[in-house]
Amino acid sequence: MASATAVDVPAPPGPSARSRAGGKRRGLNERKRARTGLLFVTPFALVFVAFLVAPLLYAFYLSLYSKGLATGVVFAGLQNYATAFTDPSFLKGVWFVVRFALVLIPLQMIVSLALALVLDAFTTRFARFARLMIFLPYAIPAVIGALMWGFLYSPTFGPMQQIANVFGAQAPFLLDPSHVFGGLMNVVTWQWAGYYMIIIFAALRGIDSSIYEAARIDGANAWQIAFRVKVPMVASALLLILVFALIGTLQFFTEPQVLQLVSNGTITPDFTPNIYAFSQAFAYANFNYASALSFALGIVVFIAVYAFLFFTRKRGSIFT
Amino acid sequence: MKNPILTGLSAVAVTVLLAACATSGNNPSGGGQAASEEAGTSPKLTNCSNKMMNDAPQVSVWAWYPNMANVADNFNKAHTDVQVCWNNVGQGQAAYTKVQTAISAKKGLPDVVMLEADHLATYTIQDALVDLVPYGANDVKGNFGEGAWKDVSQGDKVFAIPVDGGPMALIYRTDVFKKYGITTPPKTWDEFAADAAKVKAAGGPVFGDLGSNTPAVFMALQTQKGAVPFGYDIAKPQDLTIKLNDQASKDVLNFWGDLSKKGLVGKQDQFTTDYISGVVNGKYATYTSAAWAPGYLTGAGVGKGSSKGVWAVAPLPQWDPAAPVSVNWGGSTFGVTTQATDKKLAAIVAKGLYADPASLEEGWKKQIIFPLNKTVTSSPEFIDNKSEFYSGQQANKEVYNAAAEAYKGMIYAPITTYYYAQLQAELVKINAGQIDGSEAADELQANIVKYAKTQGFKVTE
Repeated sequence: MASATAVDVPAPPGPSARSRAGGKRRGLNERKRARTGLLFVTPFALVFVAFLVAPLLYAFYLSLYSKGLATGVVFAGLQNYATAFTDPSFLKGVWFVVRFALVLIPLQMIVSLALALVLDAFTTRFARFARLMIFLPYAIPAVIGALMWGFLYSPTFGPMQQIANVFGAQAPFLLDPSHVFGGLMNVVTWQWAGYYMIIIFAALRGIDSSIYEAARIDGANAWQIAFRVKVPMVASALLLILVFALIGTLQFFTEPQVLQLVSNGTITPDFTPNIYAFSQAFAYANFNYASALSFALGIVVFIAVYAFLFFTRKRGSIFT
Repeated sequence: MKNPILTGLSAVAVTVLLAACATSGNNPSGGGQAASEEAGTSPKLTNCSNKMMNDAPQVSVWAWYPNMANVADNFNKAHTDVQVCWNNVGQGQAAYTKVQTAISAKKGLPDVVMLEADHLATYTIQDALVDLVPYGANDVKGNFGEGAWKDVSQGDKVFAIPVDGGPMALIYRTDVFKKYGITTPPKTWDEFAADAAKVKAAGGPVFGDLGSNTPAVFMALQTQKGAVPFGYDIAKPQDLTIKLNDQASKDVLNFWGDLSKKGLVGKQDQFTTDYISGVVNGKYATYTSAAWAPGYLTGAGVGKGSSKGVWAVAPLPQWDPAAPVSVNWGGSTFGVTTQATDKKLAAIVAKGLYADPASLEEGWKKQIIFPLNKTVTSSPEFIDNKSEFYSGQQANKEVYNAAAEAYKGMIYAPITTYYYAQLQAELVKINAGQIDGSEAADELQANIVKYAKTQGFKVTE
């Protein structure tokens, strides 16, 4: 969207470069074009302002006040932010999502890249079917996916327990405090790997096949083509999904929120920063602190993404 | 997605959009409550789940009783001066989230709202509930026991009218007890632990359950041993006494923590499919629960097939059988909100809804509620009733009536939601074997005191 808005806005004309009469005509023309451009931009701009800029400003305004049940609302300046960045609940949540991202993102990328490379190498009917099936989890709404996994993890009805029953054993409960990290990782990878696979797959399809031919003439085998030609050529797609995954993971909310009810209390109201902000706002009646927490999370996400883009700025093509 | 700043902040936008909606009043409570939204402007409400019987002015109500549709009809048939427009916005925490959001938004609450007694203080401190004394609350005081009335009162003020209570008792499985040679249900908690060990040693199921998502149960069990978790009076709204780590509180958490550690009780959260399936399949020998439990269990499918005819109830085990203490879990009230259009009419509803004989009879016969109205609980029909769930046992006479009468009432803090969430987190740690009950109580005390201070309370420990 951002780039589309910029496309048709003409650069201001250089005054010295044209004759007087011609300048007048072009000026009119350009004003007309600018108006047309404005017309195209307006619907987006209205939605953008109403649903992103205005709520952000309002949230920031809220975050400057602090509310105590016993004291009411008072102006607090940046005090809420100081509280947030020293609040063990918030920091614990941030630490959880950062750890989660550090494990999840490489895992997801390896899985989706491997799937995309395999599917790119085969063009049989089965490959097309497999592609659809791998993508399918992404088409399932996150809430329904999480509910379904809650059932699969159930210590009573879940298939893992059914299998364990055959051996008279107790299957691990994947949402207990020592397994919840892996249990959630599994749900998220299942949900998103197919989507990332499609992005990489599309990038692979865009590569001119004569490059492969050239590689083959140069004596490269299939593995070498995959790792020396294909992977470097889809690096920009990999970078893109990495940023998506990073932002998404730091804002982790839906899956733990849904699985909370069946987690035997493992998933607490401060499990991730977003869940904590939600609890503060809607359960503890503290919209002010919740707004500050949301902004604090925004700051964390911004720093993480900025740091990441900074360190990869040479290799990536789309963000430079 | 090219601009990481914007994408990064979209999380903020989402959260805040919800907040903004709530406060700007465009969409006060997220759907389903259009009725109450209209309340401020129009006497005729739309989107009611029930039918109006006449053209009298209407009062909007949120409630989640299972038989609420009949209750609303009974009220509307009997009244020509007022009609209720009822909606169900969810049960327990789901409903409280909506109530809290509407309070924060200063718009969107119904005129009358169903609340459990433990949440009243949370809302009165936010000035969301009307003192009903000027509206004749004391006219119906005589219908209720001392404890029930104390639960809805703060000082001389009365913020809700009680409907049902949850006197606690020990529900047990006769088939499991018989199989493992337990002839009389445990009368004390020591006997409870001994029986648990006996059943376990014989290869039997766990004896009870330490579900982390029922913090109210453990709060009640702590008060049974003499703990007084909170001291609070709306007359001095900024003063809060917090005593969560006294010896009694620690003893009770240690007691359950030990049982959990030894594998004598389950660690499953309640109200889940896994728990109910365990109850049906005889995985738990007892269920420490309230008088409304049979209705809930029946609705969840317990008491049919293999779990039919195996249930009985005994008084709650005691710490000191010479000085028995009754405690309560759940049970609800009707409060009038400060957002109500016509508080006088709303008070008539709060006093009269679920107070007519037909509604109460349906409620107690199905064991959905344990009524607190003494005209019901003292009627021979109620006392001598043979409970179907308990295979004909006269549960009211033998157990529940005495428990309800002996209940002395509780003082709840205005930070119930936060307190329960923290207690739940401690119970999870106890179940995981990370800490013992004493450590949990100390952590909880520190945590709640800190929170209360950030909320501006003057805390006495």
